[in-house]
Amino acid sequence: MQIFNKEPSFDFMGKRKLALILSILLVIISIASLATRGLNFGIDFTGGTLIEVGYENSADLSEVRATLESAGYGDAITQHFGSSKDVLIRVPPYEGMTNADLSTGVLNALHAAAGAGEVEMRRVEFVGPQVGEELTEKGGLAMIYALFGILIYITLRFEKRFAVGSVVALVHDVIITLGIFSILRLEFDLTTLAAILAVIGYSLNDTIVVFDRIRENFRKMRKGSPVEVANRSINQMLSRTLVTSFTTLFVLLALFVLGGEIIHSFATALIIGIVVGTYSSVYVASATALALGVSKQDLMPVKKEGEDEPDILGDQP
Amino acid sequence: MNQYPTWKYVLIITVILTGVLYALPNLYGDDPALQISPLRGATVDEASMMRVTDILKGEGIPFKSIEQIERGMLVRFNNTNTQMKAKDLIAETMADNYVLALNLSPATPDWLTALNAAPMYLGLDLRGGVHFLMEVDMVAAARQAGERYVSDLRSILRGEKVRYLSIARTNSGHSIEIKFRNEADRDTARSIIRKEYPRLLLDPELRGDDAFLVVTISDDELRETKKMALQQNIITLRNRVNELGVAEPVVQQQGENRIVVQLPGIQDTARAKEILGATATLEFRMVVENANIEAALTGRPPVGTRLYKTRDAASYGSHLLLKKRIIVTGDQITDAASGIDQDNGAAAVFVSLDGNGARKMGDNTRENLGKRMAVVFIENKVVSKRVDGELVKTKRKIEEVINAATIQGVFSNRFQITGVGTPDEARDLALLLRAGALAAPIEIIEERTVGPSLGQDNIDQGVISVIVGFIIVMIFMAVWYRVFGLVAIIALTVNLVMIVAVLSMLQATLTLPGIAGIVLTVGMAVDANVLIFERIREEVRSGNSPQASINAGYDKALSTIADANITTLIAALVLYTFGSGPIKGFAITLSIGIVTSMFTAIMGTRAVINLIYGGRKVKKLSI
Repeated sequence: MQIFNKEPSFDFMGKRKLALILSILLVIISIASLATRGLNFGIDFTGGTLIEVGYENSADLSEVRATLESAGYGDAITQHFGSSKDVLIRVPPYEGMTNADLSTGVLNALHAAAGAGEVEMRRVEFVGPQVGEELTEKGGLAMIYALFGILIYITLRFEKRFAVGSVVALVHDVIITLGIFSILRLEFDLTTLAAILAVIGYSLNDTIVVFDRIRENFRKMRKGSPVEVANRSINQMLSRTLVTSFTTLFVLLALFVLGGEIIHSFATALIIGIVVGTYSSVYVASATALALGVSKQDLMPVKKEGEDEPDILGDQP
Repeated sequence: MNQYPTWKYVLIITVILTGVLYALPNLYGDDPALQISPLRGATVDEASMMRVTDILKGEGIPFKSIEQIERGMLVRFNNTNTQMKAKDLIAETMADNYVLALNLSPATPDWLTALNAAPMYLGLDLRGGVHFLMEVDMVAAARQAGERYVSDLRSILRGEKVRYLSIARTNSGHSIEIKFRNEADRDTARSIIRKEYPRLLLDPELRGDDAFLVVTISDDELRETKKMALQQNIITLRNRVNELGVAEPVVQQQGENRIVVQLPGIQDTARAKEILGATATLEFRMVVENANIEAALTGRPPVGTRLYKTRDAASYGSHLLLKKRIIVTGDQITDAASGIDQDNGAAAVFVSLDGNGARKMGDNTRENLGKRMAVVFIENKVVSKRVDGELVKTKRKIEEVINAATIQGVFSNRFQITGVGTPDEARDLALLLRAGALAAPIEIIEERTVGPSLGQDNIDQGVISVIVGFIIVMIFMAVWYRVFGLVAIIALTVNLVMIVAVLSMLQATLTLPGIAGIVLTVGMAVDANVLIFERIREEVRSGNSPQASINAGYDKALSTIADANITTLIAALVLYTFGSGPIKGFAITLSIGIVTSMFTAIMGTRAVINLIYGGRKVKKLSI
């Protein structure tokens, strides 16, 4: 089976102005939301205690709340998690209370109220404020280091304009994915961060494949403006881009539906990231490289010593 | 065209077979097992193993095998039911001298174990258990060191009869100010301190008419103090974790001031926290010889004495009467190590005391030569009990004599305790002495506990999503690329086996995000094949022969695949370097998946395609 029987010839680059407007719009909305609403950080970053308990039968949230209130945990947030039998309880950091005792206290209160055997501890996570701060810092650093590593590798393998193009695309993907998380108030925890970094890897994968073909076509096609070359390359790679995106999306959907609640935000981040990443590797990365004036001469195999270096400035379109 | 030399096939088959071999242990599952580790004084040998065998046979409890393992023995059972029964039974007779831990032990057959093959190591989120990250309060550690010096300096100046007006730690914490009446006193003090503590920095100062001596603890020493505080805490935690009877505990240093404690499979986390949070100290006291223990037990002990329980009743009797006056406390012990007594070759514990303790010990031994001195171990445990549904916290102080030995000579800052039993027991005592010393306080700063039911759910959900994702991709590939798609499926299957094999070989920890990494790899591993197959289609479309198309497809796609995978690998490595626990798990499976998929998707599929199409006339490719 094939999507295209012959090479498709969509005018992707012709619509790059439109795509530019769309991208800028999305980025602005995302940044605006991130600036005003911020991210719904999980306890990995904020610190605090999270307790997941499983009940034998459906649990009544208002009862659980009443139990907690009478035990002195009035500002605990309770919600169902996955099913009505599972309850997730979040307790903000208490001043002066040894944090490790908090979970024990909450569990004991629930045990006492529900009767033995009725309620079961499924998960306790406690993150101290010092750890939360560190994770935020480390997470940000990881993102920056990953981007730099990639920038350097692509500069070495391709050309600096491609490197800039791919990094612009990555930043674009990350901002929009974070923006969607912010708009939808999805929880952002440590595994989501891992997913965002995986998105960087994936989106890059896509971008590189297109760049690779652009480089090859620049060398092969005698005639043709950079725009034409880019268009042709994207069209040639289109069915691959779609097939790979679909297979990856399939497995992610499997993970999203079957992987359980804990992996939910992880799968969500990746699904959003891969959709945005596929779009950006077609429009953003190549368009940026073109806007920066990438040309045939930049991509010719390195000439032997003594020969004249191509005059890059003279080739600006 | 399109034929692989024999050596390439041999290589591919060898790699795959090795992969299958090392992935194999994962199919065997686990045996419910009981791990029996000896406590102080007990050993695991043929005799004790026979004893366990007899106990189980006597009650007709079937078991699979019994074997000696490092520090203990392992009894395997057919099901958890007999495992629990056996535990209760053995606990009745052996609990005093052995720690029992329920355990799931891999049922890997011997011939695989001989090849060093073992199943994947499951993270706590999959097997259930507790993860604690603890931070040692280094400010307190430094303060304690300062306080110790204040008391040392005070006693040394008094001992040498040098008069001073005041001595106190400064607010900055790292230095001590001593105020003298005049400069002459100060200079005498300075030379004395310099002789006793050459590592302290001494700065004389004059403020108005007052002569000061500013004593500063050097940065090197402070660093060493902190290192020691961490080590002490690790040792203390190890001891307590052993007490919990956990099968594969981890107590590890992380960074400069943190300790990771992982207790797989533990269910009663409240108890774990209590035991880990207990504090312990030591005291040295003189034994009242020829005391009437019986009378003291029933009535009142004589004035100035106290009755103590002993830990080792066989050697010292159940109780000992000790003098109330404390000679030295645990925080005055600077070091304790086990070794061999040079005179008689018996096991011994070597103890070092700080200046203050040494002076007191010196005075005491001079007066009490030939008498016995006891080491009392004091543990403060916080025990929470549920009384009528309410949580009641009680502090329990446990005081026990852990050793009593005759003073053989006059000693002060360094001495040895002999008659401590086997080298193992000597080591335990040294640990206790070191651990009992007041170490810096620790605080739990991160806790991640996963209950056993959630762990199993996580495994089930992870496995089912891998399988479903895999099947969808398989169907898609077969429909889309026909014969080539089937070849890609074979490669994908081998890739999964290889990932499992590498994870098993490295004994890397598999976590839930790790499984997500595998799922993602399944999606991405086909990318290499998609690139190749699309390229072959292109070549066919532009009119090349089938054989030439295959060749060109593989050749031209290669650099693209390499570039794409290397950049993803960069992202994965950054994740690994910066990530903690679960993130690392994701990075590991992603990296392994990228590397193995390069092998299976490029070399593996080419080998099969060559077998199918290579070296013969082909009219049309099924792609």
